[in-house]
Amino acid sequence: MSNCSPLLEMRGVVKSFPGVRALRGVSLRLQAGEVLALLGENGAGKSTLIKILGGAQRAEAGSIAINGREAAFHSPQESRRGGVAVIYQEFNLVPGLTAVENIFLGQELTRWGFVARKQERRLAADLFERLGVEIDLDAPCRQLSTAQQQLVEIAKALAFDARIIVMDEPSAALTSHEVDRLFEIIRDLKSRGVGVLYISHRLDEVFAIADRVTVLRDGCNTGEQIIEKITRNQIIGWMVGRELKDEFPQRQSKIGAPKLEVSGLRRGRAVRDVSFTVRCGEILALTGLVGAGRTETVRLIFGADQRQAGEIRIDGNVLSIRSPCDAISAGIGLLTEDRKLQGLALGHSIRDNFGLPNLTWLSRCGFVQLCRERDSLSNYVKKLQIKLQNQEQLAVHLSGGNQQKVVLAKWLARNCDVLLFDEPTRGIDVGAKYEIYLLLNELAAAGKALVMISSELPEVLGMADRIIVMHEGRVTGEIADARHATQEQIMALAHA
Amino acid sequence: MKNPRFLADYGPILVLLLLCGFMSVVTYSEQSSNGTTAAEQVLASLAKQCGKSPRVLIAVGVQPGDADFAAKLERDLVASGATVLAVAQGEPRDAREALQSIAASGSTLDAICCTDVTQTWLVITDIKADFPSLGEPSVFTPQSFFWPNFLKSENLLNIANQVAVIAVIAIGMTIVIITGGIDLSVGSLVALSAVLTAAFIRDFAGGVQASFGGMLLACIAAIVLCGSIGAVSGTMITWFAIPPFIVTLAMMLIGSGLAYLLAMGQSIYQIPDSFVWLGRGADLIGLPNAVVLMLVLYALAHVLMARTTLGRYLYAVGGNTEAARLSGVPVKRVLLFAYIASALFAGLGGVIMASQLKSGSATYGTMYELYVIAAVVVGGTSLSGGEGRMLGTLTGVFTIAVIQNGMNLTNVESYTQKVVLGLVILGAVLFDKVRQRVTTFTSSG
Repeated sequence: MSNCSPLLEMRGVVKSFPGVRALRGVSLRLQAGEVLALLGENGAGKSTLIKILGGAQRAEAGSIAINGREAAFHSPQESRRGGVAVIYQEFNLVPGLTAVENIFLGQELTRWGFVARKQERRLAADLFERLGVEIDLDAPCRQLSTAQQQLVEIAKALAFDARIIVMDEPSAALTSHEVDRLFEIIRDLKSRGVGVLYISHRLDEVFAIADRVTVLRDGCNTGEQIIEKITRNQIIGWMVGRELKDEFPQRQSKIGAPKLEVSGLRRGRAVRDVSFTVRCGEILALTGLVGAGRTETVRLIFGADQRQAGEIRIDGNVLSIRSPCDAISAGIGLLTEDRKLQGLALGHSIRDNFGLPNLTWLSRCGFVQLCRERDSLSNYVKKLQIKLQNQEQLAVHLSGGNQQKVVLAKWLARNCDVLLFDEPTRGIDVGAKYEIYLLLNELAAAGKALVMISSELPEVLGMADRIIVMHEGRVTGEIADARHATQEQIMALAHA
Repeated sequence: MKNPRFLADYGPILVLLLLCGFMSVVTYSEQSSNGTTAAEQVLASLAKQCGKSPRVLIAVGVQPGDADFAAKLERDLVASGATVLAVAQGEPRDAREALQSIAASGSTLDAICCTDVTQTWLVITDIKADFPSLGEPSVFTPQSFFWPNFLKSENLLNIANQVAVIAVIAIGMTIVIITGGIDLSVGSLVALSAVLTAAFIRDFAGGVQASFGGMLLACIAAIVLCGSIGAVSGTMITWFAIPPFIVTLAMMLIGSGLAYLLAMGQSIYQIPDSFVWLGRGADLIGLPNAVVLMLVLYALAHVLMARTTLGRYLYAVGGNTEAARLSGVPVKRVLLFAYIASALFAGLGGVIMASQLKSGSATYGTMYELYVIAAVVVGGTSLSGGEGRMLGTLTGVFTIAVIQNGMNLTNVESYTQKVVLGLVILGAVLFDKVRQRVTTFTSSG
C-alpha cells in the first residue's frame, strides 16, 4: 500500500482571510526519502500552507493524506501524532529549559508518574550523536547559538519519530558552514526515509539540497519540476510571474568626502577595536559569519548599546552618542535586523509606526500635526509602493516585505545622512528585494552614507562599493574594490 | 475590519448604556412630586373641590423641597382668597400643635395640604377621631407618578460625585497601564495626600481659620509630595529595572504606613468649612465642582494621549519598548512621566476626598488601586500595554459605579455586590478577548 501512495499528499487546500485568499486550492505531494523545496514570494501562501499542515490553522477545503490515509489536523498535537514536525522560523523552544527538557516537552518519558530524567538524557544524547553534534545538555536553551537551537528542534522532531519534517527558512540565521552541516543532517534524514519539506528564499541552497521544487504564487501552484530539469531563472519566473534579468540593479557610484568615521569601538567580547570609515554616496557592506559582531557594531554606533571605548565622528566632529536619541539627532538611522521585535510596534497602526522617529519635526508645541503626518506617509507609500488598505491598518496585518518598507519609510522620512541597514532584505521575496536594492542605490546617489550588513554574499558583492569582513568581533579584512571581489575571498577573511 | 474596531471604540459605551437601561427598568417605581410642581397640583385639585375661600392647614415635613412646597402653597392660596390657618413644618408634633391651636380658636378646617410623607402621619389620618370640632377637612396630596429611582437627578449626581475620586486616579492609572506597567500605590497615596493636606492646613495654614490661599498651598504641597513619591517609583522602575509591580507594591506599603504615622492613627478634622467647596460645592451649571474638575481633566488627558507627541510616545513604549527606543523615543523619561503623573492624580484624588469628607485619615483609599485597575480594564485598556483610551476608562469607571449604585438601590447586600463586581471584571476582560479574536480572525493575512 504505502509504496504506491505518497508519504504526504495535500489536495485542493483552500484558506482565506478577509480581503485575502491566501490559498486557492494548493496541492502538494511529498515522497518518503525526498527533499521537496517549497518556494514562493512572501505572501504567496507558503506559511499558511505549513501552518495548516502543522495543525496551527484549519483549511476551509481540501484534504491531507498521510501514507494514503485521510487525516484531519485540528491541533498541533494531532499533527504531531500524524508524524508531522514543523520547525518554524521562530523556534518553539522555552528559553529557560535545557535542551533535554525542550526535546521532551509535552512528550515526557515517565516512570511512576515522575519524569525519567536519566532515560531522557540518554535518548537526547543518542539523538545528538546521530546528528553528529555536541550540545551542552544542561545549558538553558537561551545560551545556545541559533544553529544549536535549530538542532534541538530537529532532535525534538526525531524524538517522536516524525516521518515528515517541515523546515521554514532553516538557513536564515545560519552561517554557510552551519548550513553545510544542516545539509548533511538533511541527507541523513533522507536516507532514513524521512520526507523533508524545505522552504527557503535562497535559491543556491535549493539547488544544493532539493530533489524537487514546487512553486506557489498568490495562493496557487505555478510550477513543479525535479531539480535537474530546471534553471534558476525558470524558478524566479514562476515565483514572480516574469523573468528577472538582473538580481541587482546597476549603479554609477559617486563617492565623496568621509562622512562617518568610527575608531577603536569596543564592547566586551562582541566588538573588539573596530574602526572604519564610510563616505558620502558610498555603500559599505559589513559582512562575516553570524555572531561576528556586525550587528553589535552598528548598535554601538547608534547608541542602542553602551560602548566601552571608541570614537564616532560625523564630518570630522566627535559625537558623544549615548542613546538612540542622540544618534538620531546626529543624523544616523538604524534599520534593525529583526523588524518584528525591534522595528515595529505590531499592534499599532502603520501611521503610528511611521510617525515615531519623525514626531520631532511633525509636531508643533508638543502636538502632532496629523495632516502633515498623513501627507508625508502617503508620499512614501506611493514612492515605496507599500501595499496597504489604509494608514490606520495595524502593522501586524502587513506582509513581511511591506512591513520592511514601512520601517524604511519611517527612516527615509527622518532624512538621515548616515543609514545603517542590518539585513535589509532578510525574509523578503525576490521582487521586493529588488525594489529595496533600487532604493539603496537611490539613497547612495543622493549622497547618503550607507552601511549594509548582509549574510548573503551575492547581495554583498552585487550591492557594495566596499566590503569590510568581521570575525569574532574584529575587522579581519577590507576589500576596497567590491566589484571584483569573489565569494571565496570573503569567506577566507570571515574564517580568519 | 470595520466592525471589530467599532466594537473596540464604542463597545464599553454601549455596555454602559445597556446597563443604565437595565437599572432604570429594575428601579422603576412610584414617585411623588415635590416642591413647586407639587404645590401647583395640590392647588388645582383644591380649587376644584373646595370652592373659593377654604380654610386650609399646610402640613409638611423636612424633606428637601418641602419648604418650597409650603411657601408656594401659602402664597398662592392667600392670593386666591383662601385662608391659611397655619403652616406646620417639621415633625408630627408640630402638626398636632397647629391643629390644637386651630381647634382652640374654634374655627373649622376645610382642607389639609400634605406631602406624600405627612399624609401618612397618624395625626392626619386620625384627625376625625382626635379633633371632631374641626369638621371634616379633606386631605390633599400631590399626585404620584412612575419614574426609575435610578434616573432621578439626585441619584445621577450622587453617582457622579462618588465616582469623581476614582475617576481622577484612573486617568493616571490608564497612562501607566498603556505603557505596559501597573501602579499599586495609588490607594495609599490617596490616604497620604488626604492626611498631608489636612495636616498642612491644621499646622501651617491656621487650622479652622485657614485662608483660601493657605488651603490651596496645602493642597498643592500634598499633591507635589505624592508626585515626588511617584518620581521615586519611576526611577526605581526605569534606571534600576525593577518590575513596576514590586516597586509600587513597596510604595503602597510605605505610603500607607507614612499616612498612619503622620495622622498618628487618627482622623484630622481641624479644617475650615469652606474647604468642602471642592468636594461638595456645586457652583457651575448645577454640577458638583469635583465632577466638573474630573470632566476637565479627562478632556485634557484625552487630548494628551490622542494628539501630542508625549501621548504617542506613551503608546509606543507600551506597544514595543525596544522599537520605541530604537526610534529615538526617550523611553526612560516617558516611563518616569507616567509614574509621576499617576502619583499626582492619586494625590489630587486624596485632596478631593479630604474635601468631600472634610477631614484627612489614613483609612481613605483602601482597595482603591484594585477598583481603579478594574475600571481601566473594564474600559477596554489592555494590561499588556500599548492599547487603551481615556474615554474608555471614564466609561469603565461609570460602569462599575452604575452597577454598584443599582445594587444599592435594589437592596442587594454588600457581599453579593462583591461577587457581582468580580464577575463584571471577568466579563469585561472576556469581552475584550473575544473582540481580539474576532479582529485577528477577520484581518490576518
